[in-house]
Order: sequence, then C-alpha cells, then structure tokens
Amino acid sequence: MSAVTQADQAAPGSAPAGGLIGHRGLADRGFQWLAAAAGLLVLVILVLIAVTTSQQAASWFSTEGLGIFGTKWIPAENKFGALPFIYGTAVTGVIALVMAVPVSIGIALLLTEVVPYRLARPIVYVVDLLAVVPSVVWGLWGILVFAPWIQHIYASIGSAVTGIPVLDSLFGPPTSGASFFTAGIILAFMITPIVTSLSREVIATVPTMDREGAYALGATRWEMIRGVVWPHSQGGVVGAVLLGLGRAMGETIAVALVIGSSPTITSHLFATGYNMPAVIANQFGEATGVWKAGLMGMGVLLFAFTIIVNMIARGVVERSARRMRGA
Amino acid sequence: MAAVTEPQQANLRQPAGWRRTKDRIATTAMVIAFVVVIIPLVFVLYTVVAKGISVISWQFLTGPIPPSVLPADVGGMGPAVLGTIEITALAAAMAVPLGVLGAIYLNEYGGNNWLSRFIGFMSDVMTGVPSIVMGLFIFSIWVLHFGFSGLAGAFALGCLMLPIVIRSTYEMLRLVPDPLREGSYALGSSKSRVTLTVVLPAALGGIVSGVLLAVARAAGETAPLLFTILTVTEANPNVFSGPNTSLPSQIFVNASSPYPGAQARGWGAALTLIAIAFILMIAARVVTARFARYSR
Repeated sequence: MSAVTQADQAAPGSAPAGGLIGHRGLADRGFQWLAAAAGLLVLVILVLIAVTTSQQAASWFSTEGLGIFGTKWIPAENKFGALPFIYGTAVTGVIALVMAVPVSIGIALLLTEVVPYRLARPIVYVVDLLAVVPSVVWGLWGILVFAPWIQHIYASIGSAVTGIPVLDSLFGPPTSGASFFTAGIILAFMITPIVTSLSREVIATVPTMDREGAYALGATRWEMIRGVVWPHSQGGVVGAVLLGLGRAMGETIAVALVIGSSPTITSHLFATGYNMPAVIANQFGEATGVWKAGLMGMGVLLFAFTIIVNMIARGVVERSARRMRGA
Repeated sequence: MAAVTEPQQANLRQPAGWRRTKDRIATTAMVIAFVVVIIPLVFVLYTVVAKGISVISWQFLTGPIPPSVLPADVGGMGPAVLGTIEITALAAAMAVPLGVLGAIYLNEYGGNNWLSRFIGFMSDVMTGVPSIVMGLFIFSIWVLHFGFSGLAGAFALGCLMLPIVIRSTYEMLRLVPDPLREGSYALGSSKSRVTLTVVLPAALGGIVSGVLLAVARAAGETAPLLFTILTVTEANPNVFSGPNTSLPSQIFVNASSPYPGAQARGWGAALTLIAIAFILMIAARVVTARFARYSR
C-alpha cells in the first residue's frame, strides 16, 4: 500500500529531479549486486569446501599414495587404506536402493494414477513424515530396538542357508544385529521420501492426453502405466534414484550407530561393517596426524562422489523435464 | 443368440481374465508399497513417544546433564535444549537472508542467463553434499583457527540450509504473476523497490513455510555439529565462544551408552527433538494455508 502511494508521489513530477533518479539508480544497483553476491556465495562455498578439506587431507594423499585404496585400516600400525569403507558405502547404498526404489515408485504411481487428489495429499504428508524423523533418532531406534529384534531373523536365515553355495556367502553366518543389512534397511527408510517425491514430480509431467489415449484404446491402468507413463518418465526416475543414492552415501549418524563398526570387506551382508561417513564420525575426535588427514581425505572422496552423482542426477532430471515441456 | 452378445458388451467396458488380474495385482502392489512405508514410521514414532514420554518433564527440559551412570529421573537435557535453540536460530539468521537474496538474484535479476542457471544448478547439487562434509569443512576453515563454538556449528548448519532456502524461495518467486510486477513498474517504481515491496510480500507465505521446513531439517542434524561444537555436558549460554552441546549430539552420545539411565534420557531427547520438528512442520502448513495466494 505504502509502495503505491509513494510511487504516485514520485511519478507525476513534471521535471523529475536528477538527484532522485541518481539516488534510486545507486540503491537499485547496490541491491542487485547484493543479490548477485548472495547467489555467488553458493559457488564460493562449494569451491572452499573442495580446497580447505583437500589441504587438510594432503598428508594422507602424499604419504599413502595409491595406498589410500589399501584394504587395511589399522591406526595403531599406521595403515590407512580406505577400501573397506568405500566398499561399505557401496554395499549399504545398493541394499538401500534395492529396497527403497520399488517402494518409492509404487507410492509415486499410487499417488499420480490411482488415488484421487483429496486422498493423495494425506499420503504425501505421511511419506514426508519419514523425512522429518532426524537421522540420529533413526540411529537410536535402530541400535536399541530394531537391531536386537532383527538379529534373531538374521540368525535363523543364516543357519537355514548354511551350505547353499551363493546364499551362504551372502546371508550365512557370522550374523549380527548391527550390520551392513541393518544399515541398508534404515537408509532405505530415509531415502524413500526423496525418491518418491521426485518420481512423482516426473510422472506428473506425463501428458494427460497420452493417458486418455491409452484408456480410449481399452488399456487397463497397468497397461497404460507400462505403455505411456513408464517410457515417458524412465529418464527422470533414473535421476531420482541417483539422487537417492547420493543421499544414502552421505547419510552419517544413523549408519554410524547401526553398521557395527568393523572395517572388513566381506560378502556376508548380515556381518558387521563400516562405511565412510560412519568412520569419520566415530574416529575424527581421537585421530591425529596422518590418521586425521585420512579421515579428512575420506570426506574429500565422499564430497567428490556425491557431487558427481548429484550432477549427473540433476542433469538427467532436468533434461527429461525439458523434453516433457517441449513435447 | 442374445446370451452370446451380452457378455461381449460387458467385456468392452471391463477387460476380463488375465489382463484384469494383472491390473489388480499392480494396484495391490502399489497399496502394499505404501503400507510398507507406514509400518516403520508408526513403529519409530510409537517407540519414541512410549519411551520418551515418561522421562519428559519441566525438570528434564531445563535441568543439567548428569553423568551417564545416574538413573533417568536425575537431571535432564537443559544445556542441549538451549544449545539446539541458540545454534539453529543463529544458523537461520545467517542462511535465511542470504538464501532469499540468492533466490531473488536467480529469479528477478539473473533470469535465464548462464550464470544464474549455473548457480541454480550448483545450488541444487549443494543440497546433496553430505552433512558430515559440511562439518569437516567448517572444522578446517574455522575451528582450526578459532576453536570450537556454537557459532561454528551455526556456520555448518547454515551451509546446509542455504541451498534449501534458495530452492524453496525461488519456486515461490516464480509463482508471483508478472502483471503484478508490471503494474508497479508502470507506477514508476525501481526494480529493487518492486522486488522488496511487491514481489516478496506476495510470495511471503510460501517463503516462510519453506524456511520453517529448512530449520526443522537443520535442527535434527548431528553430523555437522560433531566437529564444530564438541558436545560437552555443561551449559554454555555464550553461543559465540567455547564448546557447546545440542539435542542431536547428546542423543548420539547416549545411544551408544550402555547405561539404562543415559538411554532413557536419549529417548526423552529424541521425543523433544521430534516435537520441535513437528511444531515447525505444522507451523509451515498453517502459514501456507493462511498466506497461500499464488500456490500451486
């Protein structure tokens, strides 16, 4: 309201004072630079993260060389190979995706294709609630309630598959409540909301005309989804899955509590393991020298991995969205 | 003859046999997917409420943090509640103005030029940077030179919030219709004035709700605080210097403690933290409902 009245006073002036325009122009340009600086801050922070953490990690990279990908992490013997943690990050990420992706796509389809709008909103709220539960609360629940409970299931599966060739090396003993698999399950809960909401956004861009065309040809809903929705949204859903993977790789506290904290490379999914964020969280406080640099270096690797995964994912999502708009 | 034609007509509307069965299976699978998500959610919320509610009291929210060996009815989480509120508020005070300004640049000034598109893209990428990396970053750039403090924790949380605020504000600014801007230009306003007095107020509801959600997310973060505030048990009202503590950090410490008293305090702290997040989320919904002028 005040804006309108003030503008009214200034505008009809028959001879606009030069001072007024000059003053306005300066303030205007000042504000533009301020806004641009705030935007550039994002780039500055990203560059600073890369530079400062790499500096702190330099001694690990220089003393270990290619040994940073060694299989042994024994601080007492000055062995700092990060492979067990990279392996753990990959394994827990894959377990999380295998469980979260079908569920997320199912919910996304349920929301866009099956239920009416009025019912869809409460479902979205419920799924988003999963994201509201803080990481550390998932961890607390995971280690005090979930791991003790699922331990027995692991043990009985483990004894059931003993001796069967492939299954034994995946699910056989040793089993433990805190394990790769428990961490994967918890991660699956945590990444489901983001994969669901992104898939839903992508699926919602499928043109209604195409859907109606398929129905007009007599297709059932499932045939319509297979024939129209899936080909249209495939690319975008891949992007959503990659973003979920990025989340799963960087998630720290919940995993640090439930993964069991032993740097081993094993095919046994029910055994205790470790991953990159968890080892940083658990050991950084007590570490010194090359040890600390090594943990910092794993932070650098983690940063690089997640940036690459996120750039690919965002690129894929954006491109499929643009193709949709163009079509 | 009539008996043959009738079922054919019915077939046209309702595909029979295997096709219908497949369709039913698919729909059932989608519903099951939703149920699969509800189960752990209800399980977690029920456990936190059931185990936390008996611990929570005024004394719990304000009392000092006792040694882990003491039982649950002694002391509380006062310093952690104080630390969480202080650090999160400070982080929001830094990230919200900068994030809103950044979004203004992206939508009002940058438009579709390469720099603004690049910044928008990188800001989306930045939301994917793991929170623990933010902690390591602030540790190397700030804590190594100036020591542990609540301020350092607020820097780390602010870095996490910044891209979220930019993204949600940007989406809201985009919804403000152009005729509104053109109307105020026609009255002779400058661009900064149009932005500050017309565009921002029009998008305010959505911006506030996005900010509240970003704050809710930051309040629950532990990883960025581990190496920036150091997690002590004494209360430290001075957020600008000296080690501090927060609810998430205390839960992390108590979760790995073998003592039942410490674990019970962990559940109490978890309930407090979830309650804070829920209050912020509900506030966001209320704000959206009340001020949504140009919502989708």
